[in-house]
Order: sequence, then C-alpha cells, then structure tokens
Amino acid sequence: MSAVTHQSILPERSGLARRLSDFLWRHPHVLLLILLGPPVLWLGIIYLGSLLALLLQSFFSIDDFSGLINYEFTLATYKQLLIPANFDIILRTVVMAALVTLASAIIAFPIAYYAARYAKGKWKAIFYLGVMLPLWSSYLVKIYAWKLILAKEGIVTWALTKLHLLWLLDAWLALPVVGGNSLSISYTGTFIVFIYVWMPFMILPIQASLERVPGNLIEASADLGGNPAQTFKYVLFPLALPGIVAGSIFTFSLTLGDYIIPQVIGSSRLFIGQAVYAQQGTAGNIPLAAAFSVVPIVIMGLYLWMAKRMGAFDAL
Amino acid sequence: MTAAVLFQKVSRHFGNVRAVDGVDLSIAEGEFFAMLGPSGSGKTTCLRLMAGFEQPTDGHIEIFGETAEGVPPYRRNVNTVFQDYALFPHLSILDNVAYGLMVKGVGREERRKAAEDALAMVKLPGYGVRKPGQLSGGQRQRVALARALVNRPKVLLLDEPLGALDLKLREQMQEELKSLQKSLGITFVFVTHDQGEALSMADRIAVFNNGKIQQLGTPEDIYKRPQTRFVADFVGSSNVLSSATLAKLGISAGAASLRPEAIQIGTSWAELLTLSGTVVACSFLGAVNRITVDCDGQRIIISAPAAMPVPEQGANITLAFSRNDMHVMEQA
Repeated sequence: MSAVTHQSILPERSGLARRLSDFLWRHPHVLLLILLGPPVLWLGIIYLGSLLALLLQSFFSIDDFSGLINYEFTLATYKQLLIPANFDIILRTVVMAALVTLASAIIAFPIAYYAARYAKGKWKAIFYLGVMLPLWSSYLVKIYAWKLILAKEGIVTWALTKLHLLWLLDAWLALPVVGGNSLSISYTGTFIVFIYVWMPFMILPIQASLERVPGNLIEASADLGGNPAQTFKYVLFPLALPGIVAGSIFTFSLTLGDYIIPQVIGSSRLFIGQAVYAQQGTAGNIPLAAAFSVVPIVIMGLYLWMAKRMGAFDAL
Repeated sequence: MTAAVLFQKVSRHFGNVRAVDGVDLSIAEGEFFAMLGPSGSGKTTCLRLMAGFEQPTDGHIEIFGETAEGVPPYRRNVNTVFQDYALFPHLSILDNVAYGLMVKGVGREERRKAAEDALAMVKLPGYGVRKPGQLSGGQRQRVALARALVNRPKVLLLDEPLGALDLKLREQMQEELKSLQKSLGITFVFVTHDQGEALSMADRIAVFNNGKIQQLGTPEDIYKRPQTRFVADFVGSSNVLSSATLAKLGISAGAASLRPEAIQIGTSWAELLTLSGTVVACSFLGAVNRITVDCDGQRIIISAPAAMPVPEQGANITLAFSRNDMHVMEQA
C-alpha cells in the first residue's frame, strides 16, 4: 500500500506539466485567456472586421461615369435602396421571410411537441434522424430535386391529375402574385422550398424549449380548469416562445439572405440575396451590394428588439 | 350521505405494473384523509385518479356521487397542490393564484380581489407582484395552496406538499393546513410517506403497499392496532414479536406488534409481561434514547425517555410491558 500516504499535504510533484497545471490552478484567468483568446481574436478580426468593412463600403458611392468607387462618405447609396425597383426587392424578401417564418412555426410546433412530450427511446432517435437527415444531403441537390417535384411534368402535377384534383392546382396558379405557369416558377414554389429547407432550424429550438416545460405545469393548468386550448394559450405557448423566437431568427434571417432558392425556384423577380450577388458581380457596384446586405442586419436587429419588448425572452 | 370520493375496485396498470390494484375506499365530505405508504405503493396514482390525470384500467370512481371515469381534469371541481408546487414561472404570483378564475371567465377585478384574499389567507399578503422564482420553498408552497383554494374546490388533493420543506417549517405548515381545513370545511386528501405527518393531521389514514390498501382507519387504530406486519413496521417502526417470543410469554399467535415506547426497563409488576435480554446498542435521539435489546434472537427496540438512566452495552436487563399494549396481528 505504498500509494497511501499519511501526510496531510502531498509534496509538490516535479515536471513542467505539473508546474504548469499548478500555475493554472492558481491563476484561472490565465487559463480562460488561453482558451478564449484564439476564438475571440478570430471572431473579432475575421468576422466583425469584415462586417465593419462591409458597413464601411455601403457608405461609399460609385461613379456612374467611370464605374470606379468614390471613397467619400455619403448616404447616396442608401438613398438608392429607396427607389421603387430596389425597394420592391426589399419588400418582397421581407414579406416572404415573414410568411415562411410563420408557416414554419405553425408546422414545426406539433412536431416539436410530439418529440418533446411523447417520443421516448427509439422514437426519439427516429425523430432526430428524420429532422436532421435532410441537413446531411447537399443543399443544392435538395433544391434541384424540388424543382423537379414542382415542375409541370413533376410528381405533384401527376399526383393531382390521378386524384382528379388538377383543377385545384390550376386555380391556385391562376391567382395573381402567388401563381404562375407552374409551381416551380411561382412564389408558391419558392415558399414551399424555403419552408422545407429551414424546417429543422425551427423544429429543434422549439423542441428544446418545450422539453424544458415541466409536465406538471400542463397538468396544473388542466387541474385549475384550463381546457387544452387555454393551456396552450396561457402556459405552453408563452413558455415555448423563446424557442419559437430562436427558431424564427433562423428561418427569418436565412430567408432574408438566401439567393439560391429564389434563383432556382420562383419567378425571375429578385430577392435581396440575388440583388447583392448581381450588384457585386455583374454590375460591379460594391457599395450598393453592401447597402443591400446591411438591410437584413438592420431588420434582424429590429426584429430582436421587438421580440424582447414583447417579452419573448421573459421565460428564459 | 354521499361520499366525497368513492373508489370501487379501482385498478390502474402500467404495462405489467399494477400501480393501483383493486382499491376500495370512501372518503367522507369534510374529512381530512391521508394516504400513507412508501414510494411506489400506489398512493400518488390514487390521487392522480381523483384529479383525473390518470384513468382507471378497471373499476369505478365517483366524486360526490357523480361518475368520474372519462371526465377530464378541467371538468372536475377538484384541485391539486403539486409536490413541487408547479407554479407557472412566467406569471406573477397574483396571476398564478387567479389562474383558475381566469380560465373560468371571472372578471379581472373580481379575480384580482379573490386572489389577494387567498394570498392573505395563506399569510402572503402583498406578494402578488413577485414571480415564483423570487420566493422561498415555503412561500411557494403557500402560493400553491392559495392557487388551489381560490377555486373553492369540492375536494383538495395534496401530493406530499410538505416534502421539500425543512422540519420546523413542515411542523408549522402541518398545523396551518389542519386549521385551514377545519375552517373551510373542504375535504382534504393528503398523500405522504411520512407517518408522523399522517398521524398528526388526518382524521383517517389509508396505508398503501404494492398498490393495495393494507389498512384503513383512524390514526389511533393504525398506530395501536396494526393489522399486518407491514403496517406495524411502516407506521412508527414497531417491534414485531415472533411466535417463539410470544410462546415464552404464554401467548399462542403468529405475530404481535409492540410499540417501542410502551416498554419499560427494570420495573416488574405482577400484571406486566416481562422478557429479559442483552443491550446491543444505545443511541441518543434528543427527547428519547433508543435502546436495542436482543432477547434470544428477537430484536426489540425500546424508546426510553432521555431522563431515565441509560443501561450499559452488554448489560442484562428486564423489559416489562402491558398485555394491552401488545397487538396480535391478524396476519403475519
């Protein structure tokens, strides 16, 4: 039993590693600095730095005649955002993002509720697999797959024909704005694909927030006379709201910034992401592209501020 | 008179587990009824059957003469004080207490007043603006009580409501609950695993084990006249005398219970029964000393007042007790 000692304080052990661990134990701040320094520097310089550079660009303007950037501070570029052609793009994107977020939340909630309350063991694993599986395959592959699904020759048209419900689709496509020649070149198609692609980002935070709601709160509400609708309205929804807001931050901001989905599926009208792509690429108007990319940042800031004011984070 | 709660051959099975197994009971209106038992004995499931959170697999339940099977919790005029209180964390104390009135459509001003009265009743006036997270365990317990009582339930169900409180607070709350129940006249059904709590508060006690009621009776019945070894053991760590020990006393029976405090040391009057044994252990418990004695293989625990001299370990002593304090059990 040589490992057992009768000393109350063990002697200091030798070796550099031991001395280092003793030192770090006495100076926990140094350890924190070592652990956090590199990622903070990375975030600070690469990420925030480039964001700042972007912001700076948006205050420059482009010389219409020479096509060169004029490095003088001006709000002229932002003024350009307000001309009808550009403002339409912003409006279109924000409305789409809002609708996608709302629809995602409505579809995701029951799924998340089932997973949080009822799914156990094997079914929980199947739930996670089902939600995450679409994230494992390439984003582009999924979008092109959807293009085929929604195309005039696609499975949706085929299935509706077999069900003798094609008139329903035709009636929908005949509607102004949401309609078009086929689903794959309509706003409806863009909307469906956005919802599909961002759905996991909505389900998972809602599920996490519902999982933290103790089951006996639901029982307490019922016990006090609350019917299921009242229990949802007064207990479940307020407590799940932080999760819904977290999920909506994903769906809203991802929709605001995406430029591939509306390009592949949808009418030819531009969304913010496409506008940024076009301005910095073909048009070579970096300041306007920068100004366009500032729009989602500002909108998200406003959105979070509003969510906080509405008390979305009170239950955190 | 109709019973406040009536169980007829009620069972609740979870898969192969018979959580509640053919329970019959009848709780009278205005009664303080305790369901006592170890964890997993079925007492909490019985309470949940009354609240409506569980539906019986078999049997019939009535609440004030009305069939309760298939009736959801929100249509039962029965309220529960939950074990961990289940206060809504996002609502103020006032909104928590007023919740039951709000969902029933009582006007804002009326329910605010009722909630404030209820808070005053549980001695928390003016706490309405706080959130549950800002209150201590004892205060939360009172809020949970106010939240249930503000609805004027026909039956109040309490699921180990004092379990999380420290001893002093628990004793204080026991007295308050008892006097509250007396003044309101509401039927209280109380689940606990603490026999002291059940004995001190209840009008009647049902002792549960393995999903069945072992014995149902007044606290005195349960304590002094346990019908089974389980009840004798569980309610106040009674001594269970074996048939061999009883034979030495000239009694022929399978088993008998004998309370630790009913035994005296050293005294030996003619009318008392006596046993002799060796002191095995002694421990000081404050008001009493607990002395363990070995009488030819029969362990007997004695609870002696601390003022009495303590016998030394290994000493041979004589135990004396009255025949009346011994209760022969119907089953071993």
